[in-house]
Amino acid sequence: MVSLAHLDVLPPPRPRGGGTSSKAKLGLVSALLAEEDARPCAVVALRWLVRHAGVERAVCAVADSESGRLVGLTGIGVPAASIDAFSLDLGDRTHPLVVALSGGEPVVFPDSSQPLLRAAETPLGNLSFHAVPLGSSRDEIGPGLLLLTGLAEGPVSDDVHWVAELLGVRLASLWYRRAQTEERRHKRERSWLFSIINAVTDPILLTDVDGRILVANAGAEMLLTAGEDKREGWRRAVALNNMLFSASLFTNTSGPTRRELLLVDPSEGRDLLFEVLSTPVPIRLGETGVVSVLRNVTDLRRATEEIEENYRRLRVAEAATRAERDRLDLILNSVLDPILVTDAEGNIARMNPPAERMFTFPPGKRNVEVERRVRSNDAVFTSFVSSLYAGQGRHWRRSLSLIDPQTGATVPVEAISGKVASKHGEEAAIVTILHDLTEAEEKARLYEQVKRHSDELRERVREATAELAEQNELLRRQAFQLEQASAMKSQFLANVSHELRTPLNAIMGYTHLMLEGVSGEMTRAQHDKLGRIDANARHLLAVINDLLDIARIESGKMPVQIERVLLPELIDEVMTEVEPVIAGTRLAVNRMLAPELPEIETDRQKVKQIVLNLLSNALKFTPEGSVSIRLEHEHGSGEILIAVTDTGIGVAEENQKTIFEAFEQANSSYARRQGGTGLGLSICRRLAHTLDGRITLVSRLGEGSTFTLYLPSKPRTA
Amino acid sequence: MTRGDATPAPLVLVVDDVDHGREIFAEYLEFRGFRVATAADGLEALEKAFELLPDVILMDLSLPGIDGWEATRRLKQDDRTRDIPIIALTAHALAAAHDKAREVGCNAVVTKPCLPKDLEQEVRRQLEAKATE
Repeated sequence: MVSLAHLDVLPPPRPRGGGTSSKAKLGLVSALLAEEDARPCAVVALRWLVRHAGVERAVCAVADSESGRLVGLTGIGVPAASIDAFSLDLGDRTHPLVVALSGGEPVVFPDSSQPLLRAAETPLGNLSFHAVPLGSSRDEIGPGLLLLTGLAEGPVSDDVHWVAELLGVRLASLWYRRAQTEERRHKRERSWLFSIINAVTDPILLTDVDGRILVANAGAEMLLTAGEDKREGWRRAVALNNMLFSASLFTNTSGPTRRELLLVDPSEGRDLLFEVLSTPVPIRLGETGVVSVLRNVTDLRRATEEIEENYRRLRVAEAATRAERDRLDLILNSVLDPILVTDAEGNIARMNPPAERMFTFPPGKRNVEVERRVRSNDAVFTSFVSSLYAGQGRHWRRSLSLIDPQTGATVPVEAISGKVASKHGEEAAIVTILHDLTEAEEKARLYEQVKRHSDELRERVREATAELAEQNELLRRQAFQLEQASAMKSQFLANVSHELRTPLNAIMGYTHLMLEGVSGEMTRAQHDKLGRIDANARHLLAVINDLLDIARIESGKMPVQIERVLLPELIDEVMTEVEPVIAGTRLAVNRMLAPELPEIETDRQKVKQIVLNLLSNALKFTPEGSVSIRLEHEHGSGEILIAVTDTGIGVAEENQKTIFEAFEQANSSYARRQGGTGLGLSICRRLAHTLDGRITLVSRLGEGSTFTLYLPSKPRTA
Repeated sequence: MTRGDATPAPLVLVVDDVDHGREIFAEYLEFRGFRVATAADGLEALEKAFELLPDVILMDLSLPGIDGWEATRRLKQDDRTRDIPIIALTAHALAAAHDKAREVGCNAVVTKPCLPKDLEQEVRRQLEAKATE
């Protein structure tokens, strides 16, 4: 850059003064001083040269230190386009015009010592011209060149030198002043520019192609520069950001680009997403830089994601609501009770089919009666609902009386209503379900009836129970008394037995002694009478023994010994015992034993006692004919039966039940003749019961009897 | 009637508190050729038994003082009288009385009333049983 500070004053007149009048020169000086801009100054000077120095055409070019080029400023007799087009690199030191500029002395073109300039290289084309440096020869490089035609060959006149020097000084002065102004303006503009880019919150920076920062605003500095005072984490983040940023630049050096870049916030450490807009710009001769604008889109991205998420949720919620509504419809329609939804104005918004039946006109032909009932129902319901809106609370329950529109029957219903509020707490709707009470009322009526009957019954049962309890208590007491009485009876009988046996022993003993002849011979009459005593004593003993048996059975003192018994053997034993009796009769006695009779579990002694008794009775009460004993196995019940059949006197039907009672004999006198005690059958039946068996009688008076003993294969108690 | 035989007739001790009870059986057994001693109560029965060492004892069970069961128990515990067969003679017809008699050592139980000849059969049975031991 050329410093022009010392040229701020007019130069002294050159010592080689021209021939031109002082008045003309003074006019030029004052004219130049009057002009404040370079171009008019140059125009004034060039005109003066044409008028006073014989110049034909002239061009004034100035060295622009800013751009480092020699550019055309103005001209006379030259097309303006040519002047505008003229531009010459001052760095090209070998160029004849640049050489001429720095030489200090005028040079003639074309000249034998100068290489030829191509026509395009000057605004003057092929014309020969003088190149006269502006300013004083003291300048290393003058402020410009005058290209002048029409001058005579040889050294240029003093007037030309004077004008060149004068114009040079004036232009330099104007340049300097302008430069100063521009400098200030630039400074101001630069500071504005910085203010502007700093005011932009987005990081903006100018880098070289390698990413080295040339200019950065505050936002960019925060991300990409770190002073020594910053902590370690901050500096590492910045280093990382630089690396990321350079890498992104390196891959995107051609043309403006837009890309996303993830950097780290050095102050907080969180990730920041930037949209980077990079534009290549020339920074100086032959060098390109990159202007990058980073727009923080982190929040934008987040916002975008949020919006997308909200949208998605909205869709889901919509779907859920739709599904919910469908399901609700399904539920409403499946309920058999009428359901009505009333909106805030009291209008019916929804109904399920059962409600439609009650509250809407049926499709098809109009029916005045049906419609009247529907209107009546509607009125009842509307009145009910409007009372709800007026009232407090959220739920109600009330009985209403509707009419079945089809049948006209009264339908008592229980209306159950609930207020449905919107999310914001406004009352949105009232849902009412009408529960048909016809059945319930009928049930309640029936229930009342049943309950009344039930209560009556319970009362009766209670009374009966009390009575029963009383009876039970009485019975229990009686049972106790009976038991006691029975025990006393048994003991009494045992005692009686003992006390009777002792004298009986004496009677029978002495009788026996006399009959045996211990006390000497007796007459036949005495012997017969002793025989009667003996028989009666034996009978008395039999009675005493039977009584004792009954007493034992009744008091439960009769011991029972259960064992396995083969009945045919037992029958044989019994037959053997009664053999002497049979021998004393003319009766035919048969045994009929079924084959393969099983053993049974029972008390052998007691069975024998029963069979013996039955057989003895048969023999006793059968004057003639036969007696048979039959043994059979009842396969169905598993019972064994022992039947004793005779062709004897038989038992009258009216006596067949009482014959098993004690001292009951069908024909008492006959029985006594046969020596019975009257207790045998009673004992037999009791014994059979003891063994879980039973005895039956089939008989016809005068034709004979069959006594049958049934025995289980095993007693229940065993 | 068999007196004078080489071997003396068997001695039967008849114990009964009832006079006619004693008399009937004693008379009949003597009539049938047995030697007979009598006792009217338990104590006397024990004294006579230890003194005479009879071949058979007929023991009434219901006796004043020491009863028949107790007397039998003592006799069966004593070495001198242990092997003498004792026939219980009782008007008790219930099984309990009979069982108790067997428990204390009675060899047989006979219920009154009992025909003298039936009793004689039992005495002979006991004597034979003792002889074959």
